[in-house]
This record gives sequence, C-alpha cells and structure tokens, in this order.
Amino acid sequence: MSAATATPAKKAGWAAVDLVVLLYAFIPVIWIVSLSLKGDDTLNDGNFLVRKPTGEAYSEIFANEDFVRALINSIGICVIATFVALLLGTMAAYAIARLEFPGKRTIVAMSLLISMFPQIALVTPLFKIETAIGIFDTWLGLILPYITFALPLAIYTLSAFFREIPWELEKAAKMDGATPYQAFRKVIAPLAMPGVFTTAILVFIACWNDFLFAISLTSTNSARTVPAAMSYFTGATTFEKPVAAVAAAAVIITIPIVIFVLFFQRRIVAGLTSGAVKG
Amino acid sequence: MSTTLQQPTGADEAVEIAKKRASEGKRAERKLGMLLCAPAVVFMLAVTAYPILYAVYLSFFRADLRLPGQNEFVGFSNYVTVLTSPIWWTAFGLTMFITVISAFLELVFGMMLAVVMHRTLVGRGLVRTSALVPYAIVTVVAAFSWRFAWTQDIGWLAGDAAPLTDRWSSIWIIILAEVWKTVPFMALLLMAGLALVPEDLLKAASMDGATAWQRFWKVTVPLIKPSILVALLFRTLDAFRVFDNIFVLTGGSNDTSSVSMVAYNNLIRGLNLGIGSTMAVLIFLTIAVIAMVFVKLFGAAAPGQGEHR
Repeated sequence: MSAATATPAKKAGWAAVDLVVLLYAFIPVIWIVSLSLKGDDTLNDGNFLVRKPTGEAYSEIFANEDFVRALINSIGICVIATFVALLLGTMAAYAIARLEFPGKRTIVAMSLLISMFPQIALVTPLFKIETAIGIFDTWLGLILPYITFALPLAIYTLSAFFREIPWELEKAAKMDGATPYQAFRKVIAPLAMPGVFTTAILVFIACWNDFLFAISLTSTNSARTVPAAMSYFTGATTFEKPVAAVAAAAVIITIPIVIFVLFFQRRIVAGLTSGAVKG
Repeated sequence: MSTTLQQPTGADEAVEIAKKRASEGKRAERKLGMLLCAPAVVFMLAVTAYPILYAVYLSFFRADLRLPGQNEFVGFSNYVTVLTSPIWWTAFGLTMFITVISAFLELVFGMMLAVVMHRTLVGRGLVRTSALVPYAIVTVVAAFSWRFAWTQDIGWLAGDAAPLTDRWSSIWIIILAEVWKTVPFMALLLMAGLALVPEDLLKAASMDGATAWQRFWKVTVPLIKPSILVALLFRTLDAFRVFDNIFVLTGGSNDTSSVSMVAYNNLIRGLNLGIGSTMAVLIFLTIAVIAMVFVKLFGAAAPGQGEHR
C-alpha cells in the first residue's frame, strides 16, 4: 500500500537514507582495499582512495610463507569444524524438532548457555589441558573449541528450519510406495538442504572470525590462522607494521566471505533471525 | 498377535496391545532422540563444562608455569590478589563502560537500521544486502581498518593526530569499532520483531491521529519489547567479551585493557595459570549475573505487558 502512495519526494528521502546505510557499510571496506593497493611511495599520503594502484602488497604477501601457511590452516580448520558441527548439529536438531524425549529442554537451555559463554574463561584451562594431552598448537586443538561454539548456533538454526519442513510429505511418499530411503532422499533431503546450507555459511563465518582461540592456543605457524597471523606480521623494522601487507591479507580473507554473503543474503537473514528469535 | 487370535472378541485386549505398541513407539522415539543428541551434548560438555570446573580447581592453586615446583594449594589467595589489584578493577570498569555504551548505541542505531530495512521504498534488497557487510567481515580485519585509518600520516582520518595513543580517544574508537560491526546483527533481530507488528494496528493508530513518533513509541516498541530484550541480552553478553578490537587497536596500552585482555596477558605473558583461572571464574560469574538480571527483566516484562493490553 505504501508503495502506491509514494511521492517522488518520499522516494528521494528514502534514497538519501539508503545512501547513508551504504556509506556506513562500505567505507571501512573501501579504505582497507584502497590501502592494500598503495605502494611504498603513496602509503603515507593519507588519501582515502588510492591514486596509483599497485599489486605489490599482494605479491609480497603470497611470497610470505607464514601467510600462505596461515591461509591453509584457516581454510582447513574452518572447513573441518563446520563439517563436524553440521553433522552433530543436524542429528541433534532433527531430534529437537521432531521427537519427544526427556532432557530436550535441558539441551536447548544448555546450548543457549554455551553460545553466551565467555570464551576467555576457557582459554586458561584449555591451554593447560591441551598442553598436557599434546594437542596444543595443532589443528585439532583449534577444531575442538570451534566445533563446541559452533554447535549451539547450528542446533538453533537447524531446528528452526526443521520445524518448518512439512514432514507429512514423507508419510505421503511412503504411501505412494517409496521406500524410507527414497522418501528421505527425494522428499525430505531437498526440503532440508537450504537450511543446512545456510547454517553451514553461518557456522563457517563464526569459525573464520575467531581470534581469541587462534592466538591463545597456537604458538607457531603450524596451526595459526590468518587473523592470528596478521597480528604477528613484522615489517622491515620490528616496531612498524607492514601496513600494506596487513591490508592485503585482510582483503584476501574478507572479500570471498563478503561476496558469498551478498550472494546468499536472503537465506542468511532468515538463518540469523530464525535461530536467534526462537531463543 | 497371538493373543488376538485366541480371543477374537476381546476389544479391550486389542486396545491394550495398541497401547503397548504406542508406548513401545514412544520408548523407541525417546531412545532415538537421546541417541541423536548425545554426541553434540558430550562434545559441548567436554569442551566447556570440564575446563570451567578445572579452572575453578586451578584457581585455588599457585599454578605458575615458571615455578612448576611450587604448585601448592593456596585457598582464596588468588582471589584476594585479583580482587585487590587495580589492574583488574580498571579493566573491569572499562569493560562495563564499553559494554553499556556500545549495547546502548547498538540498540539505537540498530533500531534505526531495522526501521530503514523494514520500511524503505527504494532499494530494499540493496540496503538489506549491504547491511550484512559488517557482519561478514572478520573482526580483526575491521579493527585493522580502523587502526590504520587513525594511524598518524597513513590514515585518512588521522592527519597529524595520533588518537590511539590517548586513553579516552582510544576507548571511543574501540566503541566505534564494536558498534560498527554489530549494528547489523542487532538490526536483523529487531527487524524480525518489526515484521510481527500488525500493519492494521499502526493504521488504526494513525487514523486516531497518532503521529509517526507516537505510533513508534506507543504501538511498535511495546509490541517488540521481547525482541528488544533478546537482542540486548545477546549483545550485552557479547560486548562483555570484547577482545579482538582492543587487541588490534591498542594492544591494551594506556589502560585500555578489557577483562579478557588482562586474563589473556596474564596467561600468555605471565604464564600464571592460577591467577588466569581465577580471572576466568570471575568473568564467568559476572556473565552469569548479567544473564540472571536479564532473565529477571524478562519475567517482569511479560506480565506487565499483559496488564497494559
């Protein structure tokens, strides 16, 4: 109804407001991209936009063994953690959405508690435990806490999605002569996939974003992820941060995620709100 | 089966069997439910409950990695050390300050963004999409972007000044970085609430002569109060954990450490597990208290709303 009564003035007003939102969202991103394209000669010019873009910082960063190693660590650790969290989370979320069993409420409450848990409170004991059992500074040492903090998110989001699935269709398919496996593969799996996929994106972003565990539970580049490695980059002098290199690393780990999120915007909004509001 | 054959007329018997089968089905369902949840539950308990209990235990010992021979029971002396330390209280006060101010600013700006995303007549998809950008960016990356923007000579915002070398300007930059990153999340939660406000109610209020401002405060806000409280709870607990932004922006210099920074420094630089665990326990308790206060608020909010309607 409001679209029909929209006057040009109203539209212009909204367009101005939209512009403010766009500036708010993109200014820090454009700045870091611009900084990553500056060469040594223009780095200190203080301009918001780069005048003579060069790819120096990028070739420097890909020649840096620590960075390449950190990138591999980040991708490997986050993919494995996402996969395991999704597997365990799907099982639990299916049970929570469809079955009646004792302790269901406790599990939901527990995952809510864990999602609000102060990670720093775990860092000291985990440091001690991981050193003792020999998984400190390994992929496993990061994957375990990542899975733990991804699980509540996965369980919440997935159970919200699973509640929306019309499960009667499964019965209908079986009546039409489908085997339980066929009913699952042809009817239920296609309906559940969008939810699982969305949850995978949210979980992956959460793991990708972690800094505290990455910096506390690693000591060498054998498991250090990019956010942690970035804070260890050193330039020509030990006191100076190699600004353009850090900016380039920042852009490399940011742009793929941003593109992904922009592409799946609708689903991500649905995932973020469904999980949180039900909580 | 066999019993039904023996007594073909026993309707009661059939009911019994049906009941038995149903209860067997129930039992199987219960078993399956618990079985499916077990791995996730075991995982979460093993990586959170066990370490936090271990932290409670460690907090009563002098567990200093530099003095491994002197790992003895010291009672509450670690708690006394932490709770009488000015470093701890400065960090605690600052963390509280950052939490309260950023949660408040996020609520205000989040609400504005939510209304824009909900109501805009032009480019709704574009606005909703770009609002997700800050959410998608790694906190450390955004923090570096702000840090370089305010680095002398390099940054476009800095000029000749170096605001990150002064305590209060650093604190405001930390708050800005926090708010920038999390306003979209807040806005999404609030927008989900806004979608539930019936359009007719707003129209009716408008016909009764309510201005847009009045409609917002008298109709929308009371209706989305639960969403507001959930969003605030999430963000307050999250803001209290502030670490990434401070680590990158100031490294805790000029008294800008949060409690998480202090605990981290104590572990990594001090290698003192006893004191670190004591801080872990204290942070955990603080979070629990904040959550309880909110739950009390929830409890008070629900019946209050019922009376007004």
